[in-house]
Amino acid sequence: MSASAHMDQKPNEAMLLKSAQRERWALLGLASPAMIMVLVIMVLPVGWLFYLSFLGDDGNFSLEHYNRMLESKAYGRIFLTTFNVSFLTTGLCILIGYPLSYFLSQLPSRAANLCMLTVLLPFWTSLLVRTYAWLVLLQRKGLLNNWAIDLGLWDQPVKLVHNLNGTLIGMVHIMLPFLVLPLYGSMKAINDDYMKAAANLGASPSKTFWQVFFPLSLPGLFAGSLIVFVLCLGFFVTPAVLGGGKVIMVSMQITSNIELFFNWGAASALGVVLLVITLVILFAASKLLRLDTILGGGH
Amino acid sequence: MSWLNRPASETQITHKQRLWLYILATIIMALLILPTIIVIPMSFSASQYLEFPPREWSLRWYEHYFNSPEWMQATVTSLKAGFLTMLVTTPVGVMAAYGLFASKHRATQFFFIMLITPIMIPVILIAIGAFYVYVKISLVNSMTGLVIAHSILALPLVLIVVSAALKSFDVNLEMAARSMGASRLKAFVTVTLPQIRFSVVTAALLSFLTSFDEVIVAMFVSGGQNSTLTRNMFNALRDQIDPTIASISTIMIVISSTLLILAQVFGKARE
Repeated sequence: MSASAHMDQKPNEAMLLKSAQRERWALLGLASPAMIMVLVIMVLPVGWLFYLSFLGDDGNFSLEHYNRMLESKAYGRIFLTTFNVSFLTTGLCILIGYPLSYFLSQLPSRAANLCMLTVLLPFWTSLLVRTYAWLVLLQRKGLLNNWAIDLGLWDQPVKLVHNLNGTLIGMVHIMLPFLVLPLYGSMKAINDDYMKAAANLGASPSKTFWQVFFPLSLPGLFAGSLIVFVLCLGFFVTPAVLGGGKVIMVSMQITSNIELFFNWGAASALGVVLLVITLVILFAASKLLRLDTILGGGH
Repeated sequence: MSWLNRPASETQITHKQRLWLYILATIIMALLILPTIIVIPMSFSASQYLEFPPREWSLRWYEHYFNSPEWMQATVTSLKAGFLTMLVTTPVGVMAAYGLFASKHRATQFFFIMLITPIMIPVILIAIGAFYVYVKISLVNSMTGLVIAHSILALPLVLIVVSAALKSFDVNLEMAARSMGASRLKAFVTVTLPQIRFSVVTAALLSFLTSFDEVIVAMFVSGGQNSTLTRNMFNALRDQIDPTIASISTIMIVISSTLLILAQVFGKARE
């Protein structure tokens, strides 16, 4: 009896193992419709663009689009503008978003939820609507200029929009929630007892903040800044509307290459460079942080 | 004002010492919402120029919007695209999230990263990639093409929101149902799905909004009869400041705040 039970155990184990494996595959299969969508609608076309970027005007393999990018001053300026705008926007978002997140994290939960609506409402509102609102506020005869002149702050209308300033104002406003949401999440996760312990050991409130709270909030700050920076790199709508043609970012150049010059090779090459930069930044960050802390932080 | 001298946190910092933070945060919060909200009263202005406060109130820009066949057609297109995108992405996204959550396969991490790439890579690439392919297979300016391209942008959001909900779900509940004879599917539908339904609703609302608000992909692959509302708005913005846009913006603000409130109410119901 005991011998036969022993005999049966092995095949049974193998069967269970097999069925577990089958289930693993079946469950993974549930993700296949999504995977097929991503492969067909994203990977395939982007791969095609990659191929196009290496085709010369005569249809043969060539690096001319990349060479032109390296040689032309105009392209250099576009990349410089893109990085410049992305850095400035990220920096301003940190300066504005950190105190706000800290304030929200210190509120009792009901008040915090209420105040959080001021972050969530813009987040859910169309980007185009918010860009439009800034255009209305900042234009020559806009609200801000009118008020400033009425109050005597300046007597001539100041150019607030259709330049870098306008672009930055709009972009910071649009990007701020992407910083605040993960940062707030990570601040809420900091155990209060650490600060209590520091205070108990005689640290002043500001010392407690800088030596205990601030370092613990850095992963969230880093994650949020990264999202903002990467999103800024590919930004299109806000600089196109608020920049007034003076702030040309990579994605805008891609669009005009296609819409005005029908130059798919040049557009694709720019797209490939933009993609590679984005992926390198994300890859480097994923070495430092777990990817799901970056992406899941806000939810 | 005695509360000012009370401690604000365990570190014994007083409210008075933190007053600057309260003031700063209030200003930032005001700057976050006011610029958007201010469009609402301006849309009721009778004047050609946008004024605040309007000297004379009227509904003329709303009349202009509702009487314009182009704007109406664009609105219908956007609503349809949003709704269809929601219908495509929600089941596909929930299936993927559940599959990746439950499967112990080594490839799940890779699958997850692949499925969220559409929100990490610049949208312009997806837009011109789709445009290039659609030209070849004549899907440009079609509703199908628009919905397919928007679905790819909404899918990562559904996956992230639903995956986060599944993480806090107690797997033992489903195990219990299955040990009592329920199939995987039955256990999922009767036990797991009801537990994560609020996140599924949020994910669905987000995918609707993703499509409804999307500009760049729509700019390339939609047009003619199937031109979206955002595409038309963007083109109008580049030319001049038409007050009709203020009235459309107001309507869009109302739609998005309604959806946000719905999501919040569903979220509250969970607690």
